[in-house]
Amino acid sequence: MPTTLDMATTELREVNTTLQAAAKAQVNEPYVIVNPRGSHAMACGLDGPLNVTVKGSTGYYTAGMNKEASITVEGSAGPGVAENMMSGTVTILGDASQYAGATGHGGLLNIKGNASSRCGISMKGIDIVVHGNIGHMSAFMAQRGNLVVLGDAGDALGDSLYEARLFVRGTVKSLGADCIEKEMRAEHIAILKELLERAGADAKPEEFKRYGSARTLYNFHIDNAASY
Amino acid sequence: MDKTPQTLPRQSWTFSNETNSEIRRAAATGIYDIRGGGAKRRVPHFDDLLFLGASISRYPLEGYRERCDTSVTLGTRFAKKPIELKIPITIAGMSFGSLSANAKEALGRGASAAGTSTTTGDGGMTNEERGHSTQLVYQYLPSRYGMNPDDLRRADAIEVVVGQGAKPGGGGMLLGQKITQRVADMRSLPVGIDQRSACRHPDWTGPDDLEIKILELREITGWEKPIYVKIGGARPYYDTALAVKAGADVVVLDGMQGGTAATQDVFIEHVGQPTLACIRPAVQALQDLGMHRKVQLIVSGGIRNGADVAKALALGADAVSIGTAALIALGDNDPKWEAEYQKLGSTAGAYDDWHEGRDPAGITTQDPELMKRLDPIAAGRRLRNYLNVMTLECQTIARACGKSHVHNLEPEDLCALTMEAAAMARVPLAGTDWYPGKPGF
Repeated sequence: MPTTLDMATTELREVNTTLQAAAKAQVNEPYVIVNPRGSHAMACGLDGPLNVTVKGSTGYYTAGMNKEASITVEGSAGPGVAENMMSGTVTILGDASQYAGATGHGGLLNIKGNASSRCGISMKGIDIVVHGNIGHMSAFMAQRGNLVVLGDAGDALGDSLYEARLFVRGTVKSLGADCIEKEMRAEHIAILKELLERAGADAKPEEFKRYGSARTLYNFHIDNAASY
Repeated sequence: MDKTPQTLPRQSWTFSNETNSEIRRAAATGIYDIRGGGAKRRVPHFDDLLFLGASISRYPLEGYRERCDTSVTLGTRFAKKPIELKIPITIAGMSFGSLSANAKEALGRGASAAGTSTTTGDGGMTNEERGHSTQLVYQYLPSRYGMNPDDLRRADAIEVVVGQGAKPGGGGMLLGQKITQRVADMRSLPVGIDQRSACRHPDWTGPDDLEIKILELREITGWEKPIYVKIGGARPYYDTALAVKAGADVVVLDGMQGGTAATQDVFIEHVGQPTLACIRPAVQALQDLGMHRKVQLIVSGGIRNGADVAKALALGADAVSIGTAALIALGDNDPKWEAEYQKLGSTAGAYDDWHEGRDPAGITTQDPELMKRLDPIAAGRRLRNYLNVMTLECQTIARACGKSHVHNLEPEDLCALTMEAAAMARVPLAGTDWYPGKPGF
């Protein structure tokens, strides 16, 4: 039986203290949070294996800086979900607001609905799979990791991109500075196949296009001034 | 032989030799000038203030006999574990990457020996720095290079950087020549490429978001760590008020003389306000909110000696922070490297191409050979000595003003030498009881 934490009667501090202690204990027990009522900073800073299910929608920074824990939001998530995640899995059954997975270093952020603007901004190694569409300026200055989009991407995808890989099945409204379409080689198919399987996505790798950095802005040059 | 008198060649004030040299440099290279350090132009500063000292109405304390305390506690508002410092002078954030590992170690050693804190920078926390710093403030910057929850938890305080005095509203750029394998790994980027630091945070905009971000940082660290918010000297009244509203324990206010590792010269010299102009509005904001001394104020940007420290405290700061001065104490711009500065087209005291990674003093470099020139133990000792001297100087002034704690210094202890300084510091022009803008005049 999972342990239930009711946020109608339990303060955020107590909820997080309970979850953080359970994660640190390395016992990997299931926890259920009910009545989240859009609370911010929920289930953040978990450092160890733990299975957390949130029955409802959450506010800002859900599962922030997560390590190892598996957190599922059975609703939508506010801005900055799984920001700076290090490892583990965060699943959003609904939509995600701005900055989903921002600066994440590792783990999997699996968004079953859509993600708003700046999804994967400055990502540093995290894998993000969005089953719907993503908004503008997604993967801005993205450094490492993979962003997979089963739907469409908004304006300026991958602006000022570094070494992150972007896979989009639908249309891309526009590419940002220094982001270009790239050849989908066998190694990329393999990466994408594995990610789609992990995310439970109903899609084939061959349906996607790959985008990456043209690497023309990696070192400042005056001839590129218009792009900065 | 008769010679017709001639007018001497006259240099233009507007088109000075220095200005013309920059025009020629820009014309030749097509790129703006990037450099380290803070504003070099003359701006109203602490030199334009004087202490009045004791008189019949105020008697002094006996130097070396009567106590004048210097301790400061930072983070008393919300943090379970506020920072306790022996002196009101801290070391400002400077990144590993812009500085060598030896320099970071030396900063930690010197600060710890003097009983104060040091601060990470835009490159994450190194083990050398953590290991040698008894009190370490971990900066939370827009780039989030190296950011991770483990380092957050092993920090003594967290500083959310919104801006800095050298470039309020600007990001940063660590040029590729300083990106070694270790620096690159810490920042999750390839070796040798320019590393941009964004000008604003990736996952929040505005004070309402910042309040939630601070909540998240507190939840991750169990509400133990003081949360600082660092602002550049742009709109100090409103930025201070908004930082307090967002839940800051400490506000760090950095004026335009505050240094940077690498920024456009035009940005450094033309954006932001002098440190002197920023302090009173920030203090006013704290007073208006009833938070003066409850939310502590750290002032930085051009602090050089104990008199500067005392003046900043008298204007209402709780502590000051030094960056450039600390590097000079370590050995930056030392005349003993003059021959090498000349080879680089500079001279001791003026060398500011810190971004190029060729610092003869081995401080602002990642070159293994140059780095060896800085002995972190000896350099740390110099920093400790310097911090101790600044503290003694500050105490000397405070005792002369009859104060048993440096925090008892107050604006009434000061006068100003210029109208500008009087207006900015809101203390009387020397010989008068008036300053520009004083109510009732």
